[in-house]
Amino acid sequence: MNIGKIKESVYKWFFTVLAFASLLFLVGITIILFKEGLPVFKELSVFDFILGREWYPTYDPPDFGILPLITASLWVTVGALFVCVPLGVGSALFLHELAGPRQRAVLKPVIEILAGVPSIVYGFFGMIIVAPFLQKVLGLPVGQTAFTGSLILGVMATPTVCSLAEDALSFVPKSFREASYAVGADRWQTLTRVVIPAAGSGISTAIILGMSRAVGETMTVLMVTGGAAVIPRSLFQPVRPMTATIAAEMGEAVMGSTHYHALFAIGLVLFLITLFFNIIAELISRRFRLKLGAGR
Amino acid sequence: MKTRNQAVQKTGFFILFLCTLATLFFLGTIIYFIVARGSGIISWEFLTQVPRKAMTAGGIAPAILGTFYLTLGAILVSLPLGLACAVYLCEYTPRGFIVNIIRISINNLAGVPSVVFGLFGLAVFVKFFNFGVSILSGSLTLGIMVLPSIISAAQEALMAVPQSYREASLALGATRWQTIKKVVIPTSLPGILTGVILSVGRVAGETAPILFTAATFYTRGFPKSVFSEVMALPYHIYALMTEGTHPQQQAQIAYGCALILLVLVILISSLAIVVRHKQRIGHG
Repeated sequence: MNIGKIKESVYKWFFTVLAFASLLFLVGITIILFKEGLPVFKELSVFDFILGREWYPTYDPPDFGILPLITASLWVTVGALFVCVPLGVGSALFLHELAGPRQRAVLKPVIEILAGVPSIVYGFFGMIIVAPFLQKVLGLPVGQTAFTGSLILGVMATPTVCSLAEDALSFVPKSFREASYAVGADRWQTLTRVVIPAAGSGISTAIILGMSRAVGETMTVLMVTGGAAVIPRSLFQPVRPMTATIAAEMGEAVMGSTHYHALFAIGLVLFLITLFFNIIAELISRRFRLKLGAGR
Repeated sequence: MKTRNQAVQKTGFFILFLCTLATLFFLGTIIYFIVARGSGIISWEFLTQVPRKAMTAGGIAPAILGTFYLTLGAILVSLPLGLACAVYLCEYTPRGFIVNIIRISINNLAGVPSVVFGLFGLAVFVKFFNFGVSILSGSLTLGIMVLPSIISAAQEALMAVPQSYREASLALGATRWQTIKKVVIPTSLPGILTGVILSVGRVAGETAPILFTAATFYTRGFPKSVFSEVMALPYHIYALMTEGTHPQQQAQIAYGCALILLVLVILISSLAIVVRHKQRIGHG
């Protein structure tokens, strides 16, 4: 009996230690970003860093203003939303509302599999097919632009948005729909006035998570946005988002230099942005659960 | 009025249909181009030989093997840690405020961009522990990157096990550990497995975290130890497109790599879907 008890507590300790080890790693990320990123603010103020309009890390004297990079990330992400929201939510509505059981049985896994296609494949496709194509069709000096990036990122995020939005739609209780039919609404009215509002916060969560994925995406934007660190004046100019800057420059940055710390500080900014998105998504999805819970 | 409503409904449904068609068209185009242009170069030699003639001929075997090592390493890191963390959170601690906070932070970390994990790996494994740019650093970085997804997948699977199973086992006099080992884990295994397989697919295709922790464009032959730099499929595609001196021939090889990677990832996620489907049938 005693040996059994000892064994039990050994296992309990074993799990506790491993659990805290993994939490330690995860907390470690936050600590490392602050530790390696904050030293840059000894050289320049937070204000100059965030709102500085010049990013010339290797010039003498160097400039570390990340406003062009933030703007680029913002443009590309918003552009991607214009692609992935109509496509993703539209397909989710189609899957949920119109597709027959057999079509759904095929389309749902297909979309899920497409959500797992690595971003490098999208980036490669964008670089070798889409960029030259757009350059020719639109008569641009270069094909790798903010527009190309938005397009590819949007298509890439579509399966994720679709999958999550479809989940949200399937959580809407059947009784909502039946009640709407019972008062004489047709299918379209039921969809737009009952089902979509009921699943609204779930769908917004899906969009926010898609957005969060687009902001953090690295390889695609590195390969298709062209990489010019200037504040863009049109969508058809090359830009350099934050993630692409880190990926492109970390290899050359000397460890411990201001450039190195500045790249970590960009990582920190990215971390805070995605954290913000995730918290919003979490808050919305909690409200969503409460709302539907009360409706049941 | 009635006909107007019908017209609205028809138009609305037609637009939704067009959205779906556009989605499938875009995604289909990507797959079509990769398959059509990549399949020509695939041969036994391409899969089993090392690159030759300044990356313009030969095969991509070291990159395939490198991706295999990195993925295996990442799962060896993240599976025990993630599973233990999930078991601890679900079985050993009462549900409440603290567990909720931990759950939310794990969710948040799942959304952190992969390039940020790359920065972490660079600062901690490459520099601080001095593992250098190596399989070890890359596996650890990738492992920590998927840790949050593995924890939440395992947690979800464990929480789906009905409480009555645990109570029945405890009522028979089984201890907590015996209950976990004999009842809870076997019941939740398909769910955990699905999560793990999906993570494998994700790790195999990730590029950003290994950019500065493991990957290199060219190695002579195959990696010799966990401290060697490696070639990896996703990074190889990027490098073929941006480095080297023969863009034309390199693009051909890049198509081949993209096809292999695509097939690999699709096979892995199909496997996950099959496992999950079986599990749903099993639960009736």
